[in-house]
Formats: sequence, structure tokens, C-alpha cells
Amino acid sequence: MAGAGGGGNDVQWCFSQVKGAIDDDVAEADIISTVEFNHSGELLATGDKGGRVVIFQQDIEKSQPQCRSEYNVYSTFQSHEPEFDYLKSLEIEEKINKIRWLPQKNAAQFLLSTNDKTIKLWKISERDKRPEGYNLKEEDGRYRDNSTITTLRVPVFRPMDLMVEASPRRIFANAHTYHINSISVNSDNETYLSADDLRINLWHLEITDRSFNVVDIKPANMEELTEVITAAEFHPHQCNTFVYSSSKGTIRLCDMRASALCDKHSKLFEEPEDPSNRSFFSEIISSISDVKFSHSGRYMMTRDYLSVKIWDLNMENRPVETYQVHEYLRSKLCSLYENDCIFDKFECCWNGNDSVVMTGSYNNFFRMLERTQRHDVTLEASRECSKPRQVLKPRRVCAGGKRKKDEISVDSLDFNKKILHTAWHPQENVIAVATTNNLYIFQEKVN
Amino acid sequence: MSSENQESEAPLEFGEEKQDSQEKDANPVKSEEAKLKAKYPNLGQKPGGSDFLMKRLQKGQKYFDSGDYNMAKAKMKSKQLPVAGQEKGLVTGDHIPTPQDLPQRKSSLVTSKLAG
Repeated sequence: MAGAGGGGNDVQWCFSQVKGAIDDDVAEADIISTVEFNHSGELLATGDKGGRVVIFQQDIEKSQPQCRSEYNVYSTFQSHEPEFDYLKSLEIEEKINKIRWLPQKNAAQFLLSTNDKTIKLWKISERDKRPEGYNLKEEDGRYRDNSTITTLRVPVFRPMDLMVEASPRRIFANAHTYHINSISVNSDNETYLSADDLRINLWHLEITDRSFNVVDIKPANMEELTEVITAAEFHPHQCNTFVYSSSKGTIRLCDMRASALCDKHSKLFEEPEDPSNRSFFSEIISSISDVKFSHSGRYMMTRDYLSVKIWDLNMENRPVETYQVHEYLRSKLCSLYENDCIFDKFECCWNGNDSVVMTGSYNNFFRMLERTQRHDVTLEASRECSKPRQVLKPRRVCAGGKRKKDEISVDSLDFNKKILHTAWHPQENVIAVATTNNLYIFQEKVN
Repeated sequence: MSSENQESEAPLEFGEEKQDSQEKDANPVKSEEAKLKAKYPNLGQKPGGSDFLMKRLQKGQKYFDSGDYNMAKAKMKSKQLPVAGQEKGLVTGDHIPTPQDLPQRKSSLVTSKLAG
């Protein structure tokens, strides 16, 4: 398997597949809300607003030297249903907010999927044999007449067409008053955390009737509320460490060895703001929508409205790298506030060896930010660039003034076409990019 | 080993002149802020503060009072009941929900088009 090296400009990306309907009329249920590769990259899961999960599997046998293997549907199931909490008069959406895979321990695969209130552990298992030759039953299941049974035989397993079954093994409910925004499996493979706007809970994967509250930022008087939790993640190797980000642009690192309730952070990551830059929009655009540790565990990446920042865990007072995602939007903040786009929550992800990070933008653009040589490129996920193995051309946005040929002006951008969710294969240069209702898979160009 | 704090500006992408980050950053944002204040003079002083966060925490909250509902139905037999507005904000008081206002329960048994 090729390494996941190569910078943003060194790697040429080409179209591999697109999943989903072509029609422009998008049903709400079909809006993709999360995308996640499993630990080997063989499986790719998506969740949508209709509470459904679709899992694709990399087809390894049929791979040819020219192109890598394809992802085909492996399993699909309804994970969550809409609910109504009558006691609180609260409508609970079935939208899947996050999916996280568990590392594989046996033949079956396990994933956690969550909506606003309930987390579920799903087991996905294969069945490719079935017993035949029962003594008391016919092959179609009907019972045989006892008087016709004169011999005894031993049933045997015979191969059958592969069947993939998904079954809910655990339901973790009733632990969150506010809306769950993150789940994260611990490296100990026994526990996981779930975070809502004000609290973070620690669960054991086997125990559904109890969870421990490890962070609680709810003020005694709700009028004093100034910030909420926006994302949380466990450290990839240190099972005692997790981070959570806030709507004010800060990240807190907590150590569970220090105390049972981690209200006091071990580290606080915050970049001081230049007071002359302060505006009505400052706090809103500084709100962190995603936080992700690097695979190495040495760095973490945060995404706020206009930028991606890389932090060294050993340095709290400023990020070590800052990348502008779509700086040209700074002069459009007024209209982005009016159409609510300023509140869009973009995610970000690392490649396998932490050399490149990726995040989405508007107009179905997404950005690849290469760290070592500071090359960055803007690509587009669209049906127009969807011929097999078609190489993606870099896109350019003109901020103002003269628009060059091939550039698109800021005012022509379609703000309804947002790429909020992207995922990178853990080992190969294969990426999954979700537009509103389509999933694009791009691969590195292989000569 | 200490790392540098660098701004990655991708100068080729955003027009010919290199941006002088601090000064020019403030100007477009300040003019955007002025635009907003001109449109909405009553906009609160603390944009990221309580009101905005409260709205986020109360997502999904529905209000219904069966007494209000029946009184309204009785009073306004001939008049049309107030129809739900487009605001997704808090709905209390004058607005009386009617069966037509309620969102249709989506059929969740349809297979995702991604699997098609």
C-alpha cells in the first residue's frame, strides 16, 4: 500500500467515484451529516439527516494496477428515528451527528453513531454460510410430518451469498440534556466520551445505564452563559488526555488523572486577539467548529470559520501554523451573518502521516493544505469533473478587482453548496468529500 | 525545537497584491460591521453572548398549550387561525399551532440514495 505522503501540490487528485442522486431537488433526509473511514480504511461510513447509515467497502480483489479499488455499498441501516420528548416538549432530530469506528477486535465491525441525544453501538457482521439438512424442517422452514422421518442426519454448513447484518448492541441514552456534538473512542478501547454544549460524559462501552460526567461548564445562573463546548476528542495514545474546544475559540486539554471532574483544565490553548481587530463578528468567526489530534499525537488542528490552525500541544499561547481557508469571505461577513452561513460548522482532517490537512469551503470547493512546503490548493467536487480518473484542476477565487480567466468571483460563489464533512483514508491517498447529498471519492493519480 | 508562527497566505490565489494582514483585515470587517449595524440598529451589544447561545441550546423546543389551542379554536371558528411564521425562533404566546403547521413525519424507511 502506498504511503500517505505527498504534499498538496505534489499529489495530483483524480476523480474516482460519486455516490448519491444527481437531481438538484434534495430531500432533507438525504443531506449527508458525517463521513468517517474505519481504522484500516477498508470501510467508509456516512450518516445523514434522515438517521441512516451507509457503509461502503473497498473492493480489494478487483484492483488493477492503473487505478485503485472502488468503494461499494456494504451495509445500510436506519440508525436513529425521530423522537419527541413529551416531558420537555422537545423534538429530537434523527440526524446522525457523528460516527466513530471502534478498532477491529474480531470478525465483526463496530461503530458508534449518535444523534442529538442518544449514542448507539452497532455491530456489523457478515454471514456467508448457513446450516442445511435439518432433520425436522424442510429447507424452506416448514416442519416435516414426524411420521415421514425415518433417518437421522447431521446438518452441515453450506456457503451462501454474503449477507451483512447490522444490529444495535448498546444504546446509551438519557445522559445529555443538551445536544451532542462529539463522540470519541478512547485509545484504551474500553471507554469513550460524548460531549454536548455544556457537558462531557465518559462511558464504558459495555455499560449503558451509567456514565461519568467529566466536564460541566453550565453556570449556576444561565444568564451568565458565555461559551459552549463545540467539539471534543480523546488523545490518540494517551488514554487519560482529551481536549475540548469552545465557541470562544479556546481549546482546553484535560487530564483525567488529575481529578474526577475535569472542570479545571491542564492546558488552555488560546491565541491572543489583536484588540484593534475586534468587531461584532470576532467572536462568532473565532468559534471552533472542529478539533482533531494529529495521528502522531503531538499536534492538534482546529477549524474556525475562516482558518485552520495547527497547535503544538507543548505551546499554549499561539498556534504553530495558521492557514486561511477562504480569506475573501472577510468582506462578506454581513451577508454571511444574514443568511446564517457564518454559523456553518466545517470539519477538518489529517492525512495518514500528518503532512497535509484538508477542509471544506463553499461552492463545493475544498482545500488541501500541505504543511512542509506550505503549498495549498483549492479543488472542486462537482459532476462536471466526474469522468473516470479525471484529474482535478486547481480552482481560484478572485477577491476583487480584475477577474482572471478561470477564476471565479466571490459574488458568484454558491453558498448553498457547502462541503462541511471530509475524510482521509488512514494510509492511502484516498479522500471522501461530502457535498450536500453526494459523496465524492478522489484518489491520487497513479501513472 | 521552537516552531515559528507563520501566516500562510497563498499569495497567488487572492489577487496580485500581497495582503498587509493586520491593516487590511480590519477594514473590510469594520465596513461589514457598519453595514450590519445600519441594517439592524437594535442588534445586541454582545453578539456571542447569552441570546445567541440560548437560541442554540433551545433548538428543537416546541411549545403547545392545549387550553390556548382549544380557546383559540372556539373563538376563531370563522376567522383563520394565525399561521406559523417562517421564524425558527421561540414560538410562544399568540401563535396557535394547527395540524397544517406541523411538519410531516418523515418516512424513515426509505433507503438512502447513496446506496442506490
